[in-house]
Amino acid sequence: MDQDKIRAYGDELYEALRKQQMVEPITAREPSITIEDAYAISQRILDRRIADGERVIGKKIGVTSRAVQSMLDVFQPDFGFLTDAMVFNSGEELPISEQLIQPRAEGEIAFILERDLQGPGVTAAEVLAATRGIMPCYEIVDSRIRDWKIRIQDTVADNASCGLFVLGDALVSPQDVDLTTCGMMLEKNGEIVATGAGAAALGSPVNAVAWLANTLGAYGIGLEAGEVILSGSLAALIPVRAGDCMNMRIGGIGSAWVRFV
Amino acid sequence: MTLDQATIDKLAEHVEDAELNRQEIVKITDDYPDMDWEDAYAIQYAIRARKEARGTRIAGLKMGLTSRAKMKQMGVEQPVYGFLTDYGACPEGGEIDASRFIHPRVEAEVAVVTNKTLRGPGCHIGAVLAAIDIVLPAVEIIDSRYKDFRFDLKSVVADNTSAAGYVVGGRSARPIDLDLPTLGVVMEKNGEIVELGAGAAVLGHPAASVAMLANMMAARGEEIPAGTFIMTGGITAAVGVAAGDNINVRYQDLGSLGFRFV
Repeated sequence: MDQDKIRAYGDELYEALRKQQMVEPITAREPSITIEDAYAISQRILDRRIADGERVIGKKIGVTSRAVQSMLDVFQPDFGFLTDAMVFNSGEELPISEQLIQPRAEGEIAFILERDLQGPGVTAAEVLAATRGIMPCYEIVDSRIRDWKIRIQDTVADNASCGLFVLGDALVSPQDVDLTTCGMMLEKNGEIVATGAGAAALGSPVNAVAWLANTLGAYGIGLEAGEVILSGSLAALIPVRAGDCMNMRIGGIGSAWVRFV
Repeated sequence: MTLDQATIDKLAEHVEDAELNRQEIVKITDDYPDMDWEDAYAIQYAIRARKEARGTRIAGLKMGLTSRAKMKQMGVEQPVYGFLTDYGACPEGGEIDASRFIHPRVEAEVAVVTNKTLRGPGCHIGAVLAAIDIVLPAVEIIDSRYKDFRFDLKSVVADNTSAAGYVVGGRSARPIDLDLPTLGVVMEKNGEIVELGAGAAVLGHPAASVAMLANMMAARGEEIPAGTFIMTGGITAAVGVAAGDNINVRYQDLGSLGFRFV
């Protein structure tokens, strides 16, 4: 795909994000689009956001769980960028009606890094050693692609369908938790809508972060000290709308609460 | 009750024979569409009496249909319960003969052993937590005796809620040291993760499941004696298994357990 097209699709998705409008799948218009093209489009959106004054504060991995993979019919992980405009804290109101289009909530584990991780060759052990702590986290994913009709290239181009994210009430050491068996309960409006466990993210959230470090490393991008890394959903995606409340708790880590307005 | 004692006894024999001979039958509500819940439990208790008369020891109790989503799907407000037999115990780390079953499925659960009597109505999570001696990792082997899993809930209750076998792991814990709703489980079949979940999948809290059991039994004038082993209900969906399959389940704070079907 040539640079003009990449720029044009990036701008189109950026405008869709800002105006809360949906666009047609890019794969429907560009059947031969590669994953590389899609990441280049995503980079263009990020450049536009940075030009608006946003700052990258972390990265996310997406499409890691079987539940999400089958829901989207996409069978490989992807990554996106997190900016300061996307982060909220547990207990805050999340203005989804002003900012998002067709949001869905995921419960997952966020890593706060203490040291840089530069792939390729990053191992799970290095991820654990470089992690300051882990937190319960919601990622509120959203797609600028109409009706979530996405193929892997569509979600990659659209910043891995990232919307907003909400960090929970506790930071604990990864040494104190079994990250594969820690269980998660997810409630919406007082009803349990999903449960899951750490292993849902590529067998272990640590593997997911290592995958991210190594995949980004191939693009010359590192995970940096202080960054927030979202390691992937531990259960199915839950559609949300203004007025909904969610509560979640991850065993041995903590909880996070959010109200959507 | 809509059935007379003779019919209850006849159906108990019919359903138990299906279990003992590993032969599928069609669901009993086909012939007795008006059967009610009381009839269904009466058949289950008649099967239990038949086994006890033969010298089988009742090893515990089990809860079924403990997922609120599934209850909603089936249009019921209560889960169901059944009993566990001594011969249903299968060894952790061992081999289980798949030909003992018709079409076995496994689900990961937490089990408890009580040390106080639990009596409904009004039994609640607090009473249950105070009455749990230990919590254990467990897997239930369910095996509906109904052909192709075509059944309704009353037929299932009569069929002892598909109870067939159970495996208990070796690492136990006190309930005060666990957060049961967020206790995670990861089930692998032949080295691949097939199911995962957390304790909250069981009626929000596995102890709530035990409380509900006490309250349902109270309706029959029964209580749960101290020392009862109780399987609280599936945290994961049931996974089909056959000879050659290897099952391994990891539990947060409760170690893991494994076994294989031969």
